[in-house]
Amino acid sequence: MIRRSPAAAERIRKMIEVKNLTKQYGSKLAVNNISFSVGEGEILGFLGPNGAGKSTTMNMLTGYISSTSGTACINGIDILEDPIAAKMHIGYLPEKPPVYGDMTVMEYLRFVYSLKKSKLPRESHLAEICELVGINEVRKRLIRNLSKGYQQRVGFAQALVGNPGVLILDEPTVGLDPKQIIEIRTLIKKLGKNHTVILSSHILPEIQAVCDRIVVISRGSIVANDSTDALAKNMSSDHKLVIRAEGGSEDVKKLLSSIPGMDRVFVNREAEPGVYEYYLEAAQGKDLRREISKKLSSRNYPLLMMKSNELSLEEIFLKLTTGDNYGGVDK
Amino acid sequence: MFAIMKRELLSYFTSPLGYVFVAVYYLFSGLFLFLFTLSYQSANMETVYTGMFFVMMIMIPILTMRLMAEENRQKTDQLLLTSPVSLPRLVIGKFLSAFAILLVCTLIFLVYGLVLSGFAKVNWAIILGNIFGMLLMGSVFIASGLFISTLTENQMIAAVGSIGLNIGFILIDSFASVMPAKFLQELFSSLSFFGKYSQFTLGVFSVSNIFFFLSVIFIFIFLTVRVLEKRRWA
Ligand SMILES: Nc1ncnc2c1ncn2[C@@H]1O[C@H](COP(=O)(O)OP(=O)(O)O)[C@@H](O)[C@H]1O
Ligand SMILES: [Mg+2]
Repeated sequence: MIRRSPAAAERIRKMIEVKNLTKQYGSKLAVNNISFSVGEGEILGFLGPNGAGKSTTMNMLTGYISSTSGTACINGIDILEDPIAAKMHIGYLPEKPPVYGDMTVMEYLRFVYSLKKSKLPRESHLAEICELVGINEVRKRLIRNLSKGYQQRVGFAQALVGNPGVLILDEPTVGLDPKQIIEIRTLIKKLGKNHTVILSSHILPEIQAVCDRIVVISRGSIVANDSTDALAKNMSSDHKLVIRAEGGSEDVKKLLSSIPGMDRVFVNREAEPGVYEYYLEAAQGKDLRREISKKLSSRNYPLLMMKSNELSLEEIFLKLTTGDNYGGVDK
Repeated sequence: MFAIMKRELLSYFTSPLGYVFVAVYYLFSGLFLFLFTLSYQSANMETVYTGMFFVMMIMIPILTMRLMAEENRQKTDQLLLTSPVSLPRLVIGKFLSAFAILLVCTLIFLVYGLVLSGFAKVNWAIILGNIFGMLLMGSVFIASGLFISTLTENQMIAAVGSIGLNIGFILIDSFASVMPAKFLQELFSSLSFFGKYSQFTLGVFSVSNIFFFLSVIFIFIFLTVRVLEKRRWA
């Protein structure tokens, strides 16, 4: 996968550009003044918990609903000013695949083909898409008789009709089983090679696996926007550890806190009876692993596990989205 | 536009609704023909045409109830409204699908004309004029039904609502007769759908009546577009 630094992304043509986009439902601010852009060929992850405003944003990007204020441009075309021209560049898979149960898969795709006014040779283009998303074996079946996984893929196929430059995918793997999730992920990576993709999810690893860059949204506002690598680096460095030690959690906490250079000690949970799990944070760049081990054994608290805190991306995500300020990530 | 019309027609005939609609229409019109014309040994179909007003009034809402309500319920409107299709074309496509079925229904009157011409002299101009009148009136019901269907996610509500609205169209006449002032009476009777339709059944074709029906169709299509547009701004 090609990863680009944000600086490099600046130089690439912006396929999606969102400026100060806001959506208000009555008194409820669903999306609050968000701005970001996606360069050509980039896969952007749009991450946030349920109700954060992901679908609302995507519905504004695709012209399904209008914004209260702010603009969204697709390939330089404002979606409200020239909706038809802008929509020509968009393939959209909404949260619920917009399929008609009373049509067969091929009838449906031919219908979408004429809706999108595609000029590509119809049958070969549709055959290619069916092959790509893996629905060849159900082409003649009625959509309402297909499993959820297949319906989702038909929805995916629909978004690809006409070969639009921009793909907007709203939680494309929700409700699928793990095998299907991996297939869809692989597919998105493949598509990312010659499409600009926005992919929303409330599941971090999913985004991490396919996206070049992540925008984190919480309660309608953007709380982080950085390359996946930078976000991950920021979060999984040596100075953060998870350990498990046997013994009273209060005593151990006090002991660990007394180590010079230890910034934070957080008792996470009781992992086994009498064994607690701790999150530790040392001052930036400090490696306290030896100290910790010595200190614990000196007081006879057996150290049962120690690893660098790889879950911290999750942790950060939780922090970002629950409102805690987290230095260095918020931009 | 034609893509949408084609999809709707496909859908009418994969569910049996399309067939049932056409069959029931033929059944009623045939029955009326037998009761009001053939049994009197006459070639005058005036009462048949009048009867068809009420048949269309009740039946067309069943044809139109699904058109937008089902899109709203299944969220397939997200596909239509994010495709490069303008709203008027979308709405007209929907309208044309129901109109096509009405057309297939109404053309049965050509067959009835042929049947009657077997034993009486038939005025083809009047038959054609009445087919035209029925199509116009039916189109009003289609446009109003489409409009109501856009307002809800529930097909039943759409059907009942449209029948209610159609009854309202008839009641305009009754309102006219109870209006206290002369000019109000005239205003209401000038809006009478049934009165204008009756003129068709009597063989009177006035341009102003045709224009009246076309305007009403236009207004409802316009309102449907507005509702779709307005929803985006909600
Ligand atoms: N049509 C609507 N009317 C009122 N509130 C809405 C509407 N659609 C969404 N919301 C609210 O806006 C917020 C964002 O919703 P949504 O964009 O669906 O979140 P997400 O997709 O991130 O789960 C939610 O709090 C939701 O309740
Ligand atoms: Mg959502």
